Amino acid sequence: MGKTLFDNIWDSHVITDLGNGFVLLHIDRLLLHDMSGGKALKEAIDKGYPPAQPRLIYGTPDHTMSTRPGRDEFTHPPGLPLIKSMRETTSAYGIKLFDLGQDGQGIVHVMGPEQGLTLPGTTLVCGDSHTSTHGGMGALAFGIGSSELVHVIATQTMVQRKPKRMRASFEGKLMPGVTAKDMILHLIGELGTAAGTGYSVEYAGSAVRALPVEARLTLCNLTIEMGARTGMVAPDDTTYEYLNDRDYAPKGAMWDRAVAHWRTLPSDPDAEFDREHTVEMKNVAPQITWGTSPEHVIAVDRAIPDPHTGPEEKRGAWEAALQYQGLEPGKPIEGTPVDWVFIGSCTNSRLSDLRAAAEIVKGRHKADHVTAWVVPGSVRIKAEAEAEGLDRVFLEAGFEWREPGCSMCLASNGERVPPGKRSVSTSNRNFVGRQGPGARTHLASPAMAAAAAIKGAIADVRKI
Amino acid sequence: MDKFTKVTGVATPLMRQNVDTDLIIRIERLVDNVTREGLGPYCFEQIRFKPDGSEDPDCIFNQAPYRDAPIILSRENFGCGSSREGAVWALKGMGIKAVIAPYFGDIFNNNCFQNGLLPVALPIHEIEQLADEMTASPGNARITVDLENCQVISPTGRTIPFQVDARRQHAMLNGLDDIALTLSRRDEIEAWQASDKGTRPWVWL
Ligand code: SF4
Repeated sequence: MGKTLFDNIWDSHVITDLGNGFVLLHIDRLLLHDMSGGKALKEAIDKGYPPAQPRLIYGTPDHTMSTRPGRDEFTHPPGLPLIKSMRETTSAYGIKLFDLGQDGQGIVHVMGPEQGLTLPGTTLVCGDSHTSTHGGMGALAFGIGSSELVHVIATQTMVQRKPKRMRASFEGKLMPGVTAKDMILHLIGELGTAAGTGYSVEYAGSAVRALPVEARLTLCNLTIEMGARTGMVAPDDTTYEYLNDRDYAPKGAMWDRAVAHWRTLPSDPDAEFDREHTVEMKNVAPQITWGTSPEHVIAVDRAIPDPHTGPEEKRGAWEAALQYQGLEPGKPIEGTPVDWVFIGSCTNSRLSDLRAAAEIVKGRHKADHVTAWVVPGSVRIKAEAEAEGLDRVFLEAGFEWREPGCSMCLASNGERVPPGKRSVSTSNRNFVGRQGPGARTHLASPAMAAAAAIKGAIADVRKI
Repeated sequence: MDKFTKVTGVATPLMRQNVDTDLIIRIERLVDNVTREGLGPYCFEQIRFKPDGSEDPDCIFNQAPYRDAPIILSRENFGCGSSREGAVWALKGMGIKAVIAPYFGDIFNNNCFQNGLLPVALPIHEIEQLADEMTASPGNARITVDLENCQVISPTGRTIPFQVDARRQHAMLNGLDDIALTLSRRDEIEAWQASDKGTRPWVWL
């Protein structure tokens, strides 16, 4: 039996077998952010465990500082102690920090691939569940909790049990208006938020092979929303083209050696998976969530589901979700008035996302009652977008053009959707209160979010 | 890490699916300078309190026998969502020692074992029955979760076995710290790293 991409990376990182199904796994990259990075470093140091491999650790603040134009660390004071502690602890051990205002700063899952720190075939962890994003580069990447974080700092290893393997294949061509975000939302809608629990996921199929790297990152980003900690796409020429010449990627002869190694990683043709699922792309339309879980998702031209016609075990959850969201079953979701639009987050804040949104926005103006924000994923993306004039497109359309960070994805920096207000967001979670207490979130692609801002209501991007 | 051997007490039937970590603890509470131990009052705040800050009497956590319950009963996928370990600290701060659900979010499940909070996976029909037995005689019913023998004892005395990894069971029963255990293998780690530097030098910047 052949081996999967996941097996290839996992097996080559096993330091030793601990028995009972557990292994000690080497971790090649640890990424830190301000919410937990400084605290975890301090905890490790206080316990007498200084960083074992400081050169394999990188950090950037993203969660707790303001994204207001012209911001600095004082703009949102509650985040200040976290940023300061991150600075102190990283500098004490020579850990590279892409600090506020510096090139490289950005959402941690945007920064890694952008800097070439995320490499195919590596194991990468971060104290954030959307670490699965990095799997888009062919890395084995997963989110961990604070105690595990301290363990990695202290040992550069993790005690782990091998998950089962799932392959999700997307076959065919993307229909008009459909993006990687729609692919993964559609999949979660089909399988549910728990389908991946205990699995590692490999995304495959002709539609995935055709996706550029940034779209693969989006695809892998939402893996955790179907319960799997890690999702990956096999590295290929698209990956190498993206990675070549990135700041921290290998160069020259070392690059050639690395690529030769990476080419050995993809799954064998006869590799076996514990679960297989195939999505036909002709069935995938632009998606929008209606409820309070990413699995509460429909094609934008469909009606809001009726709990009485859905699966019986979900009836209670659906009813509660509709009530929280203030929606009526049976009505078309298109046309539902929207108050806020958020384009950003580690899901959809890369240059290609901003371009897709700008294409819809160009020459138009947002609806008067809508507050629309664009929050680029990193300092570098912001500069690249400005060089292309995307900031002008958004500003002229009445959008705010902000500084890089997580912002309204989880509102941990005080940037919130007000209670009862409805938002279309390009982020990854529509949980109750995620964008602020009482906020009503609808997840969608950047183009769909832009369309909602223009129409002032949930809109079908294909009709714009 | 705190040891866990056995707990006996009231179990709160929070019978919903997908209790996510945002619901367990709001992210702002982890930004504010609240200590781990101080997170308890904010656990489940979105359902325990009304917008004006007063307690919501309809919330089960505010009702008499459940107020200080050390156990939670819940439906599928408890602890799904983010990696925030604060969810586990908040539950512990509220006095929770064990959560019983059909299955848990992966990262939450790991985080529990790092903090001496026991996640117990049981089939949903068993949990429903436990919930029925709890509500049938509120005030008197007690559930026991026994890690040593891997069993739950229901209010009516039924014994329900559960499974837990032997390694984790051992660590939790003895309050062992993973880091010290791993560092006892420092030689093996260093040998692996030395050999990897030869095979994949580009990883080692
Ligand atoms: S953008 Fe949102 S999901 Fe991504 S790292 Fe930041 S807070 Fe987490």
